[in-house]
Amino acid sequence: MSILIDKSTRLIVQGITGRDGAFHTRQMIDYGTKVVAGVTPGKGGEQVHGVPVYDSVAEAVAATKANASVIYVPAPFAADAIEEAADARVGLIVCITEGLPVRDTLAVYHSIERRRAANGNGKPRLVGPNCPGLLAPGIAKVGIMPGHIAKPGPVGLVSRSGTLTYEVVDQLTQAGLGQSTCLGIGGDPIIGTNFTDALTLFEADPHTEAIVLIGEIGGTDEEEAAQFVKRHVKKPVVAFVAGQTAPPGKRMGHAGAIIAGGTGTAAEKMAAFEAAGIPVARIPSEIPALVAAAMERRRVRAGAGARRVGPARAKKSASARRNAARGNGSGGRDAARGGRVPARGRAARRP
Amino acid sequence: MNLREYQGRELFARYGLPVLPGQVASTPEEARDIAVQVAGPVVIKAQVMVGGRGKAGGVKLASTPEEAFDRARDILALTIKGLPVRKVLVAQAAEIARELYLAIVLDRSKKLPLVMFSSEGGVDIEEVARSTPEKIVRLHVPLDGLRAYQARALFQPVLREGALVSQAADVLLKLWRVYSDGDCQLAEINPLAITPAGKVIALDAKVILDDNAEYRHREWEGWRDREEETAGERLARDKGLSYVKLEGDIGCVVNGAGLAMATMDLVKHYGGEPANFLDIGGSSSPEKVTAALKIITGDARDRGGASKVRAILFNIFGGITRCDDVANGIVQSLAQSPLGVPLVIRLTGTNEEAARKILADHGLTATTKMDEGVREVIAKAQEVTV
Repeated sequence: MSILIDKSTRLIVQGITGRDGAFHTRQMIDYGTKVVAGVTPGKGGEQVHGVPVYDSVAEAVAATKANASVIYVPAPFAADAIEEAADARVGLIVCITEGLPVRDTLAVYHSIERRRAANGNGKPRLVGPNCPGLLAPGIAKVGIMPGHIAKPGPVGLVSRSGTLTYEVVDQLTQAGLGQSTCLGIGGDPIIGTNFTDALTLFEADPHTEAIVLIGEIGGTDEEEAAQFVKRHVKKPVVAFVAGQTAPPGKRMGHAGAIIAGGTGTAAEKMAAFEAAGIPVARIPSEIPALVAAAMERRRVRAGAGARRVGPARAKKSASARRNAARGNGSGGRDAARGGRVPARGRAARRP
Repeated sequence: MNLREYQGRELFARYGLPVLPGQVASTPEEARDIAVQVAGPVVIKAQVMVGGRGKAGGVKLASTPEEAFDRARDILALTIKGLPVRKVLVAQAAEIARELYLAIVLDRSKKLPLVMFSSEGGVDIEEVARSTPEKIVRLHVPLDGLRAYQARALFQPVLREGALVSQAADVLLKLWRVYSDGDCQLAEINPLAITPAGKVIALDAKVILDDNAEYRHREWEGWRDREEETAGERLARDKGLSYVKLEGDIGCVVNGAGLAMATMDLVKHYGGEPANFLDIGGSSSPEKVTAALKIITGDARDRGGASKVRAILFNIFGGITRCDDVANGIVQSLAQSPLGVPLVIRLTGTNEEAARKILADHGLTATTKMDEGVREVIAKAQEVTV
C-alpha cells in the first residue's frame, strides 16, 4: 500500500504538450498510472499518447473526475497552475517545476493552507515545487522518478532531493528492502508538504514498517522532524543528511540548500536526529543496514510482547546503535542472529 | 545574487530610502572627483563581499579630495580575505549618534517574511543574537503586507521620540517594498544610523536577490559583476550548471544537487578532498558535460598557477538525465583535448547499456556503484600525487 496515491488516483498532467510533460506522461502510463487528462491552455481537443487535452483544469476535472494533478509548466506559470488546480478542487497537486520565485511559492502555500483549513479534510495537498514527485512501487507513479529502481515493500522514504532519492531507493532495493511509497518533497525553501507531514502519513499507513528520511543542508525542517519523531512516531526512522562538507554561504544547487548565518548545517541536523534517538547514516550505503537493523529490533520487540526495555538499554547511544547496525561489535552480531540485544524501546525513551 | 553595497544603495535610493550622496569608483582619480562633488568629508569603503572590511583596512575617512585620492589608492591595492578590491564606494561621511539594525528575511519555518530590529546596530548581528538575544525585536509580516501602525509599534519602545519613530517606520515600510516587490531573500541595513540632528539614514546596504525571479527583473543583469566571476563560474552560469569551487583536488561531475552534495561527502568520508560541487542538472546534453570538464580542469588556473585537480569523478544516476548523453559528452571532450588527469566514471539508470558501449568503444569503463567510484578516484588521485 501507499500514501497519497493508489489505484484510485486519476491524474491530470498540466503542461502535457511540453517536452517534459509529454515524455513523463508516457512513463507514468507505462508504469500503470491512470492518466485521465492533460491541460494546456489553447490546445484543448488534442491528444498526447492517447490522453485527451483540455484548455483548463476545471474542464478536465468536469470531464474525467480527476482527483490529482502533476505540473510540468515553466516556472513563470507554475504558481498559477497550482492555483488553477486548487480552484478546480483537485485533491493532490504535485508540482515538479523548479525555479519558482520564493515570493510566488509563499503566496501559493498560504492559499493552499487557507483552502485546507476551510475544507477540513486535508485537501488540497501540495507536494513540491521543485520535486521528483511520488512513486508507489507496483501501484502508480506521479512525477519523474524512474520506476524500475523501486520494488514494493515496507519502507517509506521521504526526501528533499531528486537523484539522491533514486540512489537510496536503488540501494534499498538491492539490499532486498522494498518501499511502500517514495516521496520527494522538493529542494526549495518553501514547500507544500514537509517532513513532518510525510512522517504523519507514513505513521498512519498500515503497510509502512520503517521510514527513511533524506535531508540536506539549509532551513530547520530536519530539526522539526526530529522533534516530531520523538513525540509522535512509533515506527523506526533512519536519517541521512547531505551536505556534510558544504561550505557556508554558498547555495548548493537547490534554492533551499544553503548554510546561512551559521544555521542549517548538516552537523546540527545530524545531532538533532541522534538526540531524538534516530540512527543517522554518515553515507548513503549505510542506510539499508540501519533500516534492516531498525526493523529487526521492532520485530524482536513485537515478539517480546509488551515487555518494557530497561532504562539502561534505552539510553544506548546513537553511535553504539549505528555500530550495531554495521555489524561492528557484539551488539550487531547478536541483533543479526535474531538477538538477545533488546531494542531501544521507544516506550521506554519517553517519560 | 548578492549585491554589493553600492548596488544595494542604488536599489534603496530607487525606493526612496534615505542614503547619503555618493558613488562607486574604480580608480583614485574617480574617488577624488566624487569627493569634490560631495563637498565635505567622505568615507571610502572597499566593495568586496566579505564581512570585516573595516578591520582589514577597507574602510577609511577622508576630509579632503586629495585625501580621498590617497585613501582610495590604498584600499584599491588591498586584497581582503582573498578578494582583490576592484571598486570603492565614496560617500558623504555622516555623524552618528546611534546605530541600529534593521532587516527583512524569510522565516522558512513560519513561512512568512520576518522583520528583525535591534538597538545594537553596527556590529555583527549574529553576535548580538548569541550574547544579547533580548535586544532583537521580531515581527512577522502578514500575508497582505506591512502596515504603518505595525511599523510604528515595532520602534516605539526602543526609539520613544515621535519624530524618530515615524522616520524609522517610514524606512521600514520602504524596505518592505524593496524586499517584496524586489524579490529579495534578504534586505538589511546595518547600521541604520541616527545623526546628532535626529535624522535616520541607511549607512550600509546588504541585499540578496532571489535568482529564480531574475526573469521578471531586467535590471538585475546590469548588477551582475562579471569581472568578479571566474571564467569557470561564468561558463557554468551560461550553460545552466550549478557550480561551487572548493579547495580539494578531486573534481566531481554529478547530476542533481542532493547527489552532488552526497558525492562530496563520500569523497571526504573515504579520505579525499572534493575540488568542487557541480550539478549538471536534469536533461543534460553532451555540451553540458563538455562544459563541466572545461570548468573543472580550467578553473584553478583562473586564479593563477596550475590546476590542483588530480582526478575527476563522474557520478551519474540516470533518470531524466540519459547516461548515453553523458557518455557522448565525455568522449567528445576527450577527443577535443586530453584531460591530463585520471577519470573515473560511475553511471547507472536510463540508457546505461548504450552509455557503456559508447565508453567501451573509446577504451573507457564505468562502475555502477557510487562507493566504488569514489574509492577508485581517490586512489587514482593519490597515485598522481606520488
